[in-house]
Amino acid sequence: MIKSTTSSLAPHRELPAPTASWHDRKGLVQIGLLAVLLLAPLAAYFLGHVYYVNLASRVTLIAMAAVGLNLAIGYGGMVSFGHAAYFGLGGYVAGISAYHAFDLTPVIAWPIAIPGSDSMLAIWLAAIVVCGLLALAIGAVSLRTTGVYFIMITLAFAQMVYYFANSWPTYGGEDGLPIYLRNSLPMVDTQDPLTFFLICFGGLLLSLALTSRIMKSRFGAALTMARLNETRLATAGIAPYPIRLVAFVISAMITGLAGALYADLNGFVSPTMLSWHMSGELMVIVILGGVGRLYGPLAGAILFVMMETLLGGLTEYWKLFLGLVLLGVVLFAKHGVMGWLAGREHP
Amino acid sequence: MSDAVLSLTHLNKRFGALQATRDVSLDLRPGEIHALIGPNGAGKSTLIAQIAGSLKPDSGGIQLAGQEITSLSVAQRARLGLGRSFQVSSLAEPLTVLRNVMIAVQALQGHSFRFWKPVHRDESLLAPARDALARMQLEPRADTPVSELSHGERRQVEVACALALKPRVLLLDEPMAGLGPEGSARLTELLEALKHEVPILLIEHDMDAVFRLADRISVLVAGGVIAHGDSATIRRDPQVREAYLGD
Repeated sequence: MIKSTTSSLAPHRELPAPTASWHDRKGLVQIGLLAVLLLAPLAAYFLGHVYYVNLASRVTLIAMAAVGLNLAIGYGGMVSFGHAAYFGLGGYVAGISAYHAFDLTPVIAWPIAIPGSDSMLAIWLAAIVVCGLLALAIGAVSLRTTGVYFIMITLAFAQMVYYFANSWPTYGGEDGLPIYLRNSLPMVDTQDPLTFFLICFGGLLLSLALTSRIMKSRFGAALTMARLNETRLATAGIAPYPIRLVAFVISAMITGLAGALYADLNGFVSPTMLSWHMSGELMVIVILGGVGRLYGPLAGAILFVMMETLLGGLTEYWKLFLGLVLLGVVLFAKHGVMGWLAGREHP
Repeated sequence: MSDAVLSLTHLNKRFGALQATRDVSLDLRPGEIHALIGPNGAGKSTLIAQIAGSLKPDSGGIQLAGQEITSLSVAQRARLGLGRSFQVSSLAEPLTVLRNVMIAVQALQGHSFRFWKPVHRDESLLAPARDALARMQLEPRADTPVSELSHGERRQVEVACALALKPRVLLLDEPMAGLGPEGSARLTELLEALKHEVPILLIEHDMDAVFRLADRISVLVAGGVIAHGDSATIRRDPQVREAYLGD
Protein backbone atom coordinates (compact mmCIF):
# COMPACT_ATOMS: atom_id res chain seq x y z
CA MET A 1 0.00 0.00 0.00
CA ILE A 2 2.56 2.50 1.13
CA LYS A 3 4.86 1.60 -1.72
CA SER A 4 2.22 2.12 -4.36
CA THR A 5 1.11 5.47 -2.99
CA THR A 6 4.61 6.88 -2.79
CA SER A 7 5.41 5.80 -6.31
CA SER A 8 2.21 7.14 -7.83
CA LEU A 9 2.46 10.42 -5.97
CA ALA A 10 5.99 10.97 -7.13
CA PRO A 11 6.25 10.29 -10.85
CA HIS A 12 9.23 12.59 -11.11
CA ARG A 13 10.82 11.25 -8.02
CA GLU A 14 14.27 12.61 -7.47
CA LEU A 15 16.98 10.18 -6.57
CA PRO A 16 16.20 8.57 -3.25
CA ALA A 17 17.78 10.62 -0.54
CA PRO A 18 18.52 9.35 2.94
CA THR A 19 17.12 12.43 4.67
CA ALA A 20 13.72 13.89 4.12
CA SER A 21 12.16 17.29 4.07
CA TRP A 22 9.93 18.62 6.80
CA HIS A 23 6.81 17.85 4.92
CA ASP A 24 6.55 14.10 4.86
CA ARG A 25 5.97 11.48 7.44
CA LYS A 26 9.54 10.28 7.49
CA GLY A 27 10.85 13.77 8.18
CA LEU A 28 8.41 14.14 11.07
CA VAL A 29 9.43 10.79 12.53
CA GLN A 30 13.10 11.72 12.28
CA ILE A 31 12.60 15.07 13.96
CA GLY A 32 10.38 13.42 16.55
CA LEU A 33 13.08 10.91 17.45
CA LEU A 34 15.70 13.63 17.79
CA ALA A 35 13.29 15.78 19.84
CA VAL A 36 12.56 12.93 22.27
CA LEU A 37 16.25 12.25 22.65
CA LEU A 38 17.02 15.92 23.27
CA LEU A 39 14.06 16.91 25.42
CA ALA A 40 13.95 13.91 27.77
CA PRO A 41 17.40 14.56 29.32
CA LEU A 42 16.74 18.32 29.44
CA ALA A 43 13.61 17.70 31.46
CA ALA A 44 15.34 15.11 33.65
CA TYR A 45 18.24 17.47 34.30
CA PHE A 46 16.05 20.29 35.50
CA LEU A 47 14.01 17.91 37.61
CA GLY A 48 17.24 16.70 39.17
CA HIS A 49 17.31 13.15 37.78
CA VAL A 50 20.91 12.99 36.61
CA TYR A 51 20.62 9.24 36.10
CA TYR A 52 18.29 9.76 33.17
CA VAL A 53 20.61 12.33 31.61
CA ASN A 54 23.39 9.75 31.59
CA LEU A 55 20.95 7.17 30.26
CA ALA A 56 20.18 9.50 27.36
CA SER A 57 23.91 9.88 26.72
CA ARG A 58 24.14 6.10 26.62
CA VAL A 59 21.30 5.89 24.09
CA THR A 60 22.98 8.60 22.01
CA LEU A 61 26.37 6.91 21.92
CA ILE A 62 25.03 3.43 21.21
CA ALA A 63 22.93 4.97 18.45
CA MET A 64 26.03 6.68 17.06
CA ALA A 65 28.01 3.44 17.13
CA ALA A 66 25.12 1.76 15.32
CA VAL A 67 25.01 4.58 12.75
CA GLY A 68 28.57 3.58 11.94
CA LEU A 69 27.64 -0.10 11.72
CA ASN A 70 24.59 0.74 9.60
CA LEU A 71 26.86 2.31 6.99
CA ALA A 72 28.58 -1.08 6.63
CA ILE A 73 25.55 -3.37 6.99
CA GLY A 74 22.67 -1.29 5.70
CA TYR A 75 24.22 0.82 2.99
CA GLY A 76 27.21 -1.32 2.06
CA GLY A 77 25.71 -4.79 2.52
CA MET A 78 28.73 -5.82 4.60
CA VAL A 79 27.41 -7.72 7.59
CA SER A 80 30.15 -7.02 10.11
CA PHE A 81 29.90 -9.04 13.30
CA GLY A 82 33.01 -7.38 14.69
CA HIS A 83 32.22 -3.73 15.19
CA ALA A 84 32.83 -4.05 18.93
CA ALA A 85 36.50 -4.03 17.97
CA TYR A 86 36.21 -0.40 16.88
CA PHE A 87 33.80 0.59 19.63
CA GLY A 88 36.14 -0.88 22.26
CA LEU A 89 39.30 0.35 20.63
CA GLY A 90 37.89 3.89 20.60
CA GLY A 91 37.18 3.41 24.30
CA TYR A 92 40.69 2.17 24.98
CA VAL A 93 42.17 5.15 23.11
CA ALA A 94 40.31 7.43 25.54
CA GLY A 95 41.27 5.29 28.54
CA ILE A 96 44.92 4.81 27.66
CA SER A 97 45.43 8.43 26.75
CA ALA A 98 43.86 9.60 30.01
CA TYR A 99 45.87 7.03 31.99
CA HIS A 100 49.16 8.35 30.63
CA ALA A 101 48.11 11.97 31.00
CA PHE A 102 47.37 11.22 34.66
CA ASP A 103 50.69 9.38 35.08
CA LEU A 104 52.70 11.89 33.03
CA THR A 105 54.21 9.00 31.06
CA PRO A 106 54.26 8.75 27.27
CA VAL A 107 51.83 6.40 25.48
CA ILE A 108 54.61 5.44 23.11
CA ALA A 109 58.24 6.33 23.88
CA TRP A 110 59.86 5.09 20.71
CA PRO A 111 60.40 5.73 17.77
CA ILE A 112 58.46 8.93 18.34
CA ALA A 113 57.30 10.06 21.73
CA ILE A 114 53.53 10.35 21.97
CA PRO A 115 52.42 11.82 25.27
CA GLY A 116 49.12 11.01 26.93
CA SER A 117 46.41 13.62 26.75
CA ASP A 118 43.21 14.39 28.58
CA SER A 119 41.99 16.60 25.77
CA MET A 120 38.88 15.17 24.15
CA LEU A 121 39.74 16.74 20.81
CA ALA A 122 43.09 14.93 20.70
CA ILE A 123 41.46 11.71 21.88
CA TRP A 124 38.70 11.88 19.28
CA LEU A 125 41.21 12.44 16.52
CA ALA A 126 43.36 9.57 17.78
CA ALA A 127 40.34 7.26 18.09
CA ILE A 128 39.27 8.03 14.54
CA VAL A 129 42.76 7.46 13.13
CA VAL A 130 43.50 4.29 15.11
CA CYS A 131 40.10 2.72 14.40
CA GLY A 132 40.40 3.68 10.75
CA LEU A 133 43.77 1.95 10.50
CA LEU A 134 42.53 -1.19 12.26
CA ALA A 135 39.49 -1.29 9.96
CA LEU A 136 41.73 -0.84 6.94
CA ALA A 137 43.74 -3.89 7.93
CA ILE A 138 40.75 -6.02 8.97
CA GLY A 139 38.63 -4.87 6.03
CA ALA A 140 41.40 -5.47 3.49
CA VAL A 141 41.46 -9.15 4.47
CA SER A 142 37.79 -9.67 5.33
CA LEU A 143 36.39 -8.08 2.17
CA ARG A 144 38.07 -10.79 0.11
CA THR A 145 35.25 -12.97 1.41
CA THR A 146 31.49 -12.59 1.29
CA GLY A 147 28.40 -13.84 3.06
CA VAL A 148 28.80 -16.10 6.06
CA TYR A 149 32.57 -16.09 5.70
CA PHE A 150 32.65 -12.31 6.00
CA ILE A 151 30.53 -12.47 9.15
CA MET A 152 32.81 -15.08 10.68
CA ILE A 153 36.09 -13.42 9.75
CA THR A 154 35.05 -10.04 11.16
CA LEU A 155 33.99 -11.83 14.33
CA ALA A 156 37.33 -13.63 14.49
CA PHE A 157 39.32 -10.42 14.16
CA ALA A 158 37.24 -8.72 16.83
CA GLN A 159 37.78 -11.66 19.18
CA MET A 160 41.53 -11.37 18.61
CA VAL A 161 41.39 -7.75 19.73
CA TYR A 162 39.22 -8.78 22.70
CA TYR A 163 41.63 -11.46 23.92
CA PHE A 164 44.57 -9.17 23.37
CA ALA A 165 43.03 -6.51 25.64
CA ASN A 166 42.00 -9.19 28.12
CA SER A 167 45.55 -10.41 28.54
CA TRP A 168 47.47 -7.14 28.50
CA PRO A 169 48.11 -6.31 32.16
CA THR A 170 49.45 -2.78 31.58
CA TYR A 171 45.97 -1.50 30.90
CA GLY A 172 44.11 -3.56 33.46
CA GLY A 173 43.63 -6.76 31.45
CA GLU A 174 40.21 -8.20 32.10
CA ASP A 175 39.57 -5.76 34.95
CA GLY A 176 39.59 -2.84 32.57
CA LEU A 177 40.94 0.64 32.94
CA PRO A 178 39.33 3.46 34.93
CA ILE A 179 39.26 7.05 33.70
CA TYR A 180 39.49 8.89 37.01
CA LEU A 181 38.57 12.29 35.66
CA ARG A 182 36.48 12.72 32.54
CA ASN A 183 38.61 14.05 29.70
CA SER A 184 38.29 17.73 28.99
CA LEU A 185 37.39 20.22 26.30
CA PRO A 186 38.52 23.84 26.24
CA MET A 187 36.01 26.21 27.86
CA VAL A 188 33.49 23.44 28.50
CA ASP A 189 32.70 21.63 31.73
CA THR A 190 32.58 18.04 30.54
CA GLN A 191 31.86 16.88 34.10
CA ASP A 192 28.39 18.29 33.86
CA PRO A 193 26.08 15.47 32.73
CA LEU A 194 23.92 17.68 30.53
CA THR A 195 26.92 19.30 28.85
CA PHE A 196 28.38 15.90 28.19
CA PHE A 197 25.05 14.72 26.81
CA LEU A 198 25.01 17.66 24.42
CA ILE A 199 28.50 16.75 23.22
CA CYS A 200 27.31 13.22 22.52
CA PHE A 201 24.19 14.53 20.83
CA GLY A 202 26.38 16.70 18.61
CA GLY A 203 28.43 13.63 17.70
CA LEU A 204 25.28 11.72 16.76
CA LEU A 205 23.97 14.59 14.62
CA LEU A 206 27.32 14.86 12.89
CA SER A 207 27.48 11.13 12.13
CA LEU A 208 23.91 11.20 10.78
CA ALA A 209 24.65 14.22 8.60
CA LEU A 210 27.87 12.66 7.35
CA THR A 211 26.17 9.36 6.48
CA SER A 212 23.34 11.16 4.71
CA ARG A 213 25.72 13.32 2.71
CA ILE A 214 28.00 10.43 1.77
CA MET A 215 25.10 8.31 0.60
CA LYS A 216 23.92 11.06 -1.74
CA SER A 217 27.37 11.49 -3.28
CA ARG A 218 29.07 9.64 -6.10
CA PHE A 219 30.71 7.43 -3.54
CA GLY A 220 27.31 6.60 -2.08
CA ALA A 221 25.96 5.80 -5.54
CA ALA A 222 28.83 3.40 -6.12
CA LEU A 223 28.41 1.82 -2.67
CA THR A 224 24.68 1.36 -3.27
CA MET A 225 25.43 -0.33 -6.58
CA ALA A 226 28.06 -2.53 -4.93
CA ARG A 227 25.35 -3.72 -2.55
CA LEU A 228 22.55 -4.12 -5.08
CA ASN A 229 24.44 -5.47 -8.06
CA GLU A 230 28.17 -5.92 -7.87
CA THR A 231 28.36 -7.15 -11.47
CA ARG A 232 26.75 -4.00 -12.78
CA LEU A 233 29.31 -1.87 -10.94
CA ALA A 234 32.26 -3.88 -12.24
CA THR A 235 30.84 -3.92 -15.76
CA ALA A 236 30.71 -0.14 -15.62
CA GLY A 237 34.40 -0.18 -14.77
CA ILE A 238 34.30 0.56 -11.03
CA ALA A 239 35.99 -2.08 -8.92
CA PRO A 240 33.70 -2.83 -5.95
CA TYR A 241 36.45 -3.80 -3.50
CA PRO A 242 38.04 -0.37 -2.88
CA ILE A 243 34.59 1.23 -2.61
CA ARG A 244 33.55 -1.28 0.05
CA LEU A 245 36.85 -0.99 1.89
CA VAL A 246 36.62 2.79 2.20
CA ALA A 247 33.01 2.53 3.39
CA PHE A 248 34.07 -0.08 5.95
CA VAL A 249 36.81 2.24 7.25
CA ILE A 250 34.46 5.24 7.55
CA SER A 251 31.97 3.00 9.31
CA ALA A 252 34.61 1.92 11.84
CA MET A 253 35.71 5.51 12.41
CA ILE A 254 32.19 6.57 13.39
CA THR A 255 31.79 3.57 15.70
CA GLY A 256 35.25 4.22 17.17
CA LEU A 257 34.47 7.84 17.96
CA ALA A 258 31.28 6.74 19.70
CA GLY A 259 33.40 4.28 21.70
CA ALA A 260 35.80 7.01 22.85
CA LEU A 261 32.86 9.05 24.14
CA TYR A 262 31.29 5.95 25.71
CA ALA A 263 34.42 5.33 27.80
CA ASP A 264 34.27 8.92 29.00
CA LEU A 265 30.60 8.55 29.84
CA ASN A 266 31.27 5.54 32.05
CA GLY A 267 34.66 6.70 33.34
CA PHE A 268 35.77 3.19 32.58
CA VAL A 269 36.80 0.98 29.69
CA SER A 270 37.09 -2.80 29.79
CA PRO A 271 37.23 -5.72 27.37
CA THR A 272 33.43 -5.93 27.69
CA MET A 273 33.27 -3.11 25.16
CA LEU A 274 35.26 -5.31 22.76
CA SER A 275 33.34 -8.54 23.24
CA TRP A 276 31.11 -10.18 20.68
CA HIS A 277 28.09 -9.41 22.86
CA MET A 278 28.70 -5.77 22.05
CA SER A 279 28.96 -6.52 18.31
CA GLY A 280 25.71 -8.45 18.61
CA GLU A 281 23.96 -5.63 20.48
CA LEU A 282 24.94 -3.11 17.82
CA MET A 283 23.69 -5.47 15.14
CA VAL A 284 20.41 -6.02 16.99
CA ILE A 285 19.96 -2.25 17.26
CA VAL A 286 20.52 -1.77 13.52
CA ILE A 287 18.03 -4.55 12.72
CA LEU A 288 15.45 -3.33 15.27
CA GLY A 289 15.60 0.18 13.88
CA GLY A 290 15.59 -0.80 10.22
CA VAL A 291 18.57 -1.88 8.16
CA GLY A 292 19.78 0.83 5.80
CA ARG A 293 17.49 3.48 7.27
CA LEU A 294 19.35 6.63 8.28
CA TYR A 295 17.49 7.03 11.59
CA GLY A 296 17.09 3.29 12.15
CA PRO A 297 20.01 3.10 14.60
CA LEU A 298 18.52 5.90 16.69
CA ALA A 299 15.08 4.27 16.79
CA GLY A 300 16.72 0.93 17.55
CA ALA A 301 18.90 2.34 20.33
CA ILE A 302 15.97 4.08 22.01
CA LEU A 303 13.93 0.88 21.92
CA PHE A 304 16.85 -1.25 23.08
CA VAL A 305 17.81 0.90 26.07
CA MET A 306 14.18 1.40 27.04
CA MET A 307 13.63 -2.35 27.11
CA GLU A 308 16.86 -2.85 28.99
CA THR A 309 15.89 -0.25 31.59
CA LEU A 310 12.19 -1.02 31.97
CA LEU A 311 12.23 -4.80 31.61
CA GLY A 312 15.69 -5.12 33.12
CA GLY A 313 14.26 -3.54 36.28
CA LEU A 314 11.59 -6.24 36.46
CA THR A 315 13.53 -9.33 35.52
CA GLU A 316 17.08 -10.24 34.82
CA TYR A 317 15.81 -12.32 31.93
CA TRP A 318 14.81 -9.20 29.97
CA LYS A 319 16.81 -10.35 26.99
CA LEU A 320 14.23 -13.08 26.49
CA PHE A 321 11.74 -10.33 25.70
CA LEU A 322 14.29 -8.54 23.56
CA GLY A 323 14.65 -11.76 21.64
CA LEU A 324 10.88 -11.97 21.14
CA VAL A 325 10.74 -8.38 19.89
CA LEU A 326 13.64 -9.03 17.53
CA LEU A 327 11.90 -12.15 16.28
CA GLY A 328 8.78 -10.11 15.66
CA VAL A 329 10.70 -7.47 13.74
CA VAL A 330 12.55 -9.98 11.60
CA LEU A 331 9.40 -12.00 10.86
CA PHE A 332 6.76 -9.32 10.52
CA ALA A 333 8.41 -5.92 10.10
CA LYS A 334 11.49 -6.43 8.00
CA HIS A 335 12.02 -2.72 7.70
CA GLY A 336 12.29 -2.29 11.44
CA VAL A 337 10.88 0.43 13.64
CA MET A 338 11.60 3.07 11.00
CA GLY A 339 9.78 1.06 8.36
CA TRP A 340 6.83 0.78 10.72
CA LEU A 341 6.81 4.44 11.76
CA ALA A 342 7.85 6.14 8.55
CA GLY A 343 6.91 3.76 5.76
CA ARG A 344 9.03 1.93 3.28
CA GLU A 345 11.81 3.57 1.40
CA HIS A 346 13.45 2.97 -1.91
CA PRO A 347 17.17 2.37 -1.56
CA MET B 1 43.61 -7.81 -38.99
CA SER B 2 45.33 -4.66 -37.92
CA ASP B 3 42.19 -2.55 -38.20
CA ALA B 4 40.14 -4.78 -35.89
CA VAL B 5 38.79 -3.15 -32.71
CA LEU B 6 38.48 -6.44 -30.92
CA SER B 7 40.27 -9.61 -31.84
CA LEU B 8 40.44 -13.05 -30.31
CA THR B 9 43.38 -15.23 -31.25
CA HIS B 10 43.43 -18.98 -30.70
CA LEU B 11 41.38 -18.95 -27.50
CA ASN B 12 41.10 -22.23 -25.64
CA LYS B 13 39.20 -23.03 -22.47
CA ARG B 14 38.70 -26.43 -20.96
CA PHE B 15 36.59 -27.51 -17.98
CA GLY B 16 37.82 -30.98 -17.09
CA ALA B 17 37.02 -33.18 -20.06
CA LEU B 18 34.88 -30.55 -21.74
CA GLN B 19 36.59 -28.37 -24.31
CA ALA B 20 34.30 -25.33 -23.97
CA THR B 21 36.29 -23.10 -26.28
CA ARG B 22 38.29 -24.68 -29.08
CA ASP B 23 40.87 -22.54 -30.86
CA VAL B 24 38.54 -19.62 -31.45
CA SER B 25 39.86 -16.72 -33.50
CA LEU B 26 37.62 -13.92 -34.62
CA ASP B 27 37.63 -10.18 -34.91
CA LEU B 28 35.34 -7.18 -34.93
CA ARG B 29 35.93 -4.29 -37.31
CA PRO B 30 34.77 -0.68 -37.03
CA GLY B 31 31.23 -0.05 -38.21
CA GLU B 32 30.07 -3.64 -38.28
CA ILE B 33 27.88 -6.02 -36.41
CA HIS B 34 29.51 -9.40 -36.10
CA ALA B 35 27.06 -12.03 -34.95
CA LEU B 36 28.04 -15.14 -33.09
CA ILE B 37 25.49 -17.91 -33.31
CA GLY B 38 25.42 -21.49 -32.21
CA PRO B 39 23.16 -24.08 -30.61
CA ASN B 40 22.77 -24.37 -26.86
CA GLY B 41 25.89 -25.69 -25.25
CA ALA B 42 28.11 -24.49 -28.09
CA GLY B 43 30.19 -22.46 -25.65
CA LYS B 44 28.84 -19.00 -26.41
CA SER B 45 28.53 -17.99 -22.77
CA THR B 46 31.98 -19.28 -21.95
CA LEU B 47 33.38 -17.28 -24.82
CA ILE B 48 31.57 -14.12 -23.72
CA ALA B 49 32.83 -14.58 -20.18
CA GLN B 50 36.39 -14.72 -21.48
CA ILE B 51 35.96 -11.61 -23.57
CA ALA B 52 34.36 -9.69 -20.69
CA GLY B 53 37.01 -10.88 -18.25
CA SER B 54 35.08 -12.97 -15.73
CA LEU B 55 36.82 -16.13 -17.01
CA LYS B 56 40.46 -16.45 -18.02
CA PRO B 57 41.26 -18.50 -21.13
CA ASP B 58 43.68 -21.40 -20.80
CA SER B 59 45.57 -20.15 -23.83
CA GLY B 60 45.23 -17.57 -26.55
CA GLY B 61 44.85 -13.83 -26.43
CA ILE B 62 42.30 -11.03 -26.58
CA GLN B 63 43.14 -7.58 -27.93
CA LEU B 64 41.03 -4.48 -27.60
CA ALA B 65 42.07 -1.68 -29.99
CA GLY B 66 45.48 -3.26 -30.36
CA GLN B 67 46.01 -3.59 -26.62
CA GLU B 68 46.45 -6.95 -24.96
CA ILE B 69 43.65 -7.32 -22.37
CA THR B 70 43.80 -11.06 -21.72
CA SER B 71 44.95 -10.68 -18.12
CA LEU B 72 42.86 -7.62 -17.16
CA SER B 73 39.89 -7.64 -14.77
CA VAL B 74 36.27 -6.96 -15.72
CA ALA B 75 36.49 -3.40 -14.41
CA GLN B 76 39.78 -2.69 -16.19
CA ARG B 77 38.39 -3.93 -19.50
CA ALA B 78 35.32 -1.79 -19.05
CA ARG B 79 37.53 1.24 -18.50
CA LEU B 80 39.36 0.49 -21.75
CA GLY B 81 36.08 0.63 -23.65
CA LEU B 82 34.43 -2.78 -23.51
CA GLY B 83 30.72 -2.26 -22.96
CA ARG B 84 28.48 -5.27 -22.47
CA SER B 85 24.95 -6.37 -21.80
CA PHE B 86 23.96 -9.57 -20.07
CA GLN B 87 21.90 -12.51 -21.19
CA VAL B 88 19.94 -12.33 -17.96
CA SER B 89 19.37 -8.66 -17.35
CA SER B 90 21.69 -7.40 -14.66
CA LEU B 91 20.46 -4.09 -13.30
CA ALA B 92 19.85 -2.72 -9.83
CA GLU B 93 16.10 -3.39 -9.66
CA PRO B 94 15.06 -0.99 -6.91
CA LEU B 95 16.89 1.97 -8.46
CA THR B 96 15.48 4.17 -11.18
CA VAL B 97 16.50 3.75 -14.80
CA LEU B 98 18.42 7.02 -14.66
CA ARG B 99 20.31 5.87 -11.57
CA ASN B 100 21.40 2.67 -13.28
CA VAL B 101 22.76 4.59 -16.25
CA MET B 102 24.37 7.26 -14.07
CA ILE B 103 26.69 4.72 -12.53
CA ALA B 104 28.13 4.07 -15.97
CA VAL B 105 28.64 7.79 -16.56
CA GLN B 106 30.28 8.10 -13.19
CA ALA B 107 32.57 5.21 -14.00
CA LEU B 108 33.50 6.80 -17.31
CA GLN B 109 34.46 10.02 -15.54
CA GLY B 110 36.49 8.02 -13.07
CA HIS B 111 35.53 9.96 -9.96
CA SER B 112 33.89 7.60 -7.53
CA PHE B 113 35.78 8.69 -4.42
CA ARG B 114 33.83 11.91 -4.08
CA PHE B 115 31.95 12.11 -0.86
CA TRP B 116 30.28 15.48 -0.82
CA LYS B 117 28.46 16.65 -3.93
CA PRO B 118 25.00 15.08 -4.24
CA VAL B 119 24.60 13.18 -7.50
CA HIS B 120 20.96 14.13 -7.99
CA ARG B 121 22.01 17.70 -8.75
CA ASP B 122 25.15 16.86 -10.69
CA GLU B 123 24.53 17.86 -14.30
CA SER B 124 27.84 16.36 -15.43
CA LEU B 125 26.32 12.97 -14.51
CA LEU B 126 22.70 13.67 -15.38
CA ALA B 127 23.15 15.08 -18.88
CA PRO B 128 25.20 12.20 -20.37
CA ALA B 129 22.93 9.67 -18.67
CA ARG B 130 19.80 11.29 -20.15
CA ASP B 131 21.57 11.40 -23.49
CA ALA B 132 22.25 7.65 -23.42
CA LEU B 133 18.62 7.04 -22.46
CA ALA B 134 17.42 9.22 -25.31
CA ARG B 135 19.37 7.16 -27.80
CA MET B 136 17.56 4.07 -26.59
CA GLN B 137 14.26 6.02 -26.59
CA LEU B 138 13.93 5.51 -22.87
CA GLU B 139 13.74 9.11 -21.69
CA PRO B 140 10.14 8.95 -20.50
CA ARG B 141 11.08 6.06 -18.20
CA ALA B 142 14.08 7.78 -16.61
CA ASP B 143 12.54 8.09 -13.15
CA THR B 144 10.87 4.69 -13.08
CA PRO B 145 12.41 1.98 -10.92
CA VAL B 146 13.81 -0.83 -13.05
CA SER B 147 11.60 -3.31 -11.18
CA GLU B 148 8.55 -1.71 -12.84
CA LEU B 149 9.88 -2.00 -16.39
CA SER B 150 8.88 -4.51 -19.03
CA HIS B 151 11.36 -7.11 -20.13
CA GLY B 152 12.03 -5.30 -23.39
CA GLU B 153 12.62 -2.00 -21.64
CA ARG B 154 15.15 -3.63 -19.36
CA ARG B 155 17.01 -4.84 -22.42
CA GLN B 156 17.10 -1.29 -23.67
CA VAL B 157 18.35 -0.03 -20.30
CA GLU B 158 21.15 -2.58 -20.45
CA VAL B 159 22.23 -1.24 -23.82
CA ALA B 160 21.89 2.35 -22.57
CA CYS B 161 24.17 1.52 -19.63
CA ALA B 162 26.73 0.08 -22.00
CA LEU B 163 26.41 3.10 -24.32
CA ALA B 164 26.92 5.55 -21.47
CA LEU B 165 30.41 4.12 -21.08
CA LYS B 166 31.19 5.48 -24.57
CA PRO B 167 32.57 2.07 -25.43
CA ARG B 168 34.81 1.17 -28.34
CA VAL B 169 33.10 -2.18 -28.56
CA LEU B 170 29.66 -3.39 -27.55
CA LEU B 171 29.29 -6.97 -26.47
CA LEU B 172 25.61 -7.89 -26.47
CA ASP B 173 24.69 -11.26 -25.03
CA GLU B 174 21.32 -12.31 -26.46
CA PRO B 175 19.71 -8.88 -26.26
CA MET B 176 16.54 -10.20 -27.95
CA ALA B 177 16.07 -13.11 -25.54
CA GLY B 178 12.52 -13.17 -24.23
CA LEU B 179 11.34 -10.24 -26.34
CA GLY B 180 8.13 -10.46 -28.33
CA PRO B 181 8.26 -9.82 -32.08
CA GLU B 182 7.48 -6.15 -31.51
CA GLY B 183 10.18 -5.56 -28.92
CA SER B 184 12.62 -7.51 -30.99
CA ALA B 185 11.92 -5.44 -34.10
CA ARG B 186 12.30 -2.25 -32.12
CA LEU B 187 15.64 -3.24 -30.64
CA THR B 188 16.85 -4.43 -34.05
CA GLU B 189 16.14 -0.95 -35.39
CA LEU B 190 17.97 0.73 -32.52
CA LEU B 191 21.00 -1.51 -32.92
CA GLU B 192 21.14 -0.97 -36.65
CA ALA B 193 21.37 2.76 -36.09
CA LEU B 194 24.05 2.24 -33.50
CA LYS B 195 26.57 0.11 -35.36
CA HIS B 196 28.20 3.00 -37.21
CA GLU B 197 29.18 4.53 -33.91
CA VAL B 198 30.14 1.40 -32.06
CA PRO B 199 30.94 -1.97 -33.57
CA ILE B 200 28.86 -4.71 -31.97
CA LEU B 201 29.66 -8.32 -31.24
CA LEU B 202 26.21 -9.82 -31.07
CA ILE B 203 25.43 -13.18 -29.54
CA GLU B 204 21.89 -13.97 -30.53
CA HIS B 205 19.35 -16.75 -30.95
CA ASP B 206 16.82 -14.73 -32.92
CA MET B 207 17.72 -15.69 -36.48
CA ASP B 208 15.59 -12.99 -38.13
CA ALA B 209 17.46 -10.35 -36.16
CA VAL B 210 20.83 -11.91 -36.88
CA PHE B 211 20.29 -12.18 -40.62
CA ARG B 212 18.97 -8.65 -40.76
CA LEU B 213 21.62 -7.02 -38.62
CA ALA B 214 24.85 -8.90 -39.03
CA ASP B 215 27.49 -7.92 -41.53
CA ARG B 216 29.35 -11.11 -40.72
CA ILE B 217 28.37 -14.23 -38.88
CA SER B 218 30.47 -16.82 -37.11
CA VAL B 219 28.94 -20.14 -36.18
CA LEU B 220 30.08 -21.78 -33.00
CA VAL B 221 29.56 -25.52 -32.51
CA ALA B 222 31.07 -27.60 -29.70
CA GLY B 223 33.41 -24.79 -28.73
CA GLY B 224 34.89 -24.13 -32.17
CA VAL B 225 34.02 -21.86 -35.10
CA ILE B 226 32.74 -24.12 -37.91
CA ALA B 227 31.74 -21.44 -40.38
CA HIS B 228 32.25 -17.79 -40.99
CA GLY B 229 30.94 -15.34 -43.60
CA ASP B 230 28.14 -12.97 -44.52
CA SER B 231 24.55 -14.00 -43.97
CA ALA B 232 24.06 -15.35 -47.50
CA THR B 233 27.09 -17.61 -47.13
CA ILE B 234 25.99 -18.84 -43.73
CA ARG B 235 22.46 -19.52 -44.89
CA ARG B 236 23.83 -21.72 -47.69
CA ASP B 237 26.52 -23.52 -45.71
CA PRO B 238 25.47 -27.19 -45.49
CA GLN B 239 27.45 -27.78 -42.29
CA VAL B 240 25.64 -24.92 -40.57
CA ARG B 241 22.26 -26.06 -41.79
CA GLU B 242 22.92 -29.45 -40.34
CA ALA B 243 24.37 -28.32 -37.04
CA TYR B 244 22.23 -25.36 -36.30
CA LEU B 245 19.45 -24.36 -38.61
CA GLY B 246 18.05 -27.82 -38.16
CA ASP B 247 17.52 -29.21 -41.65
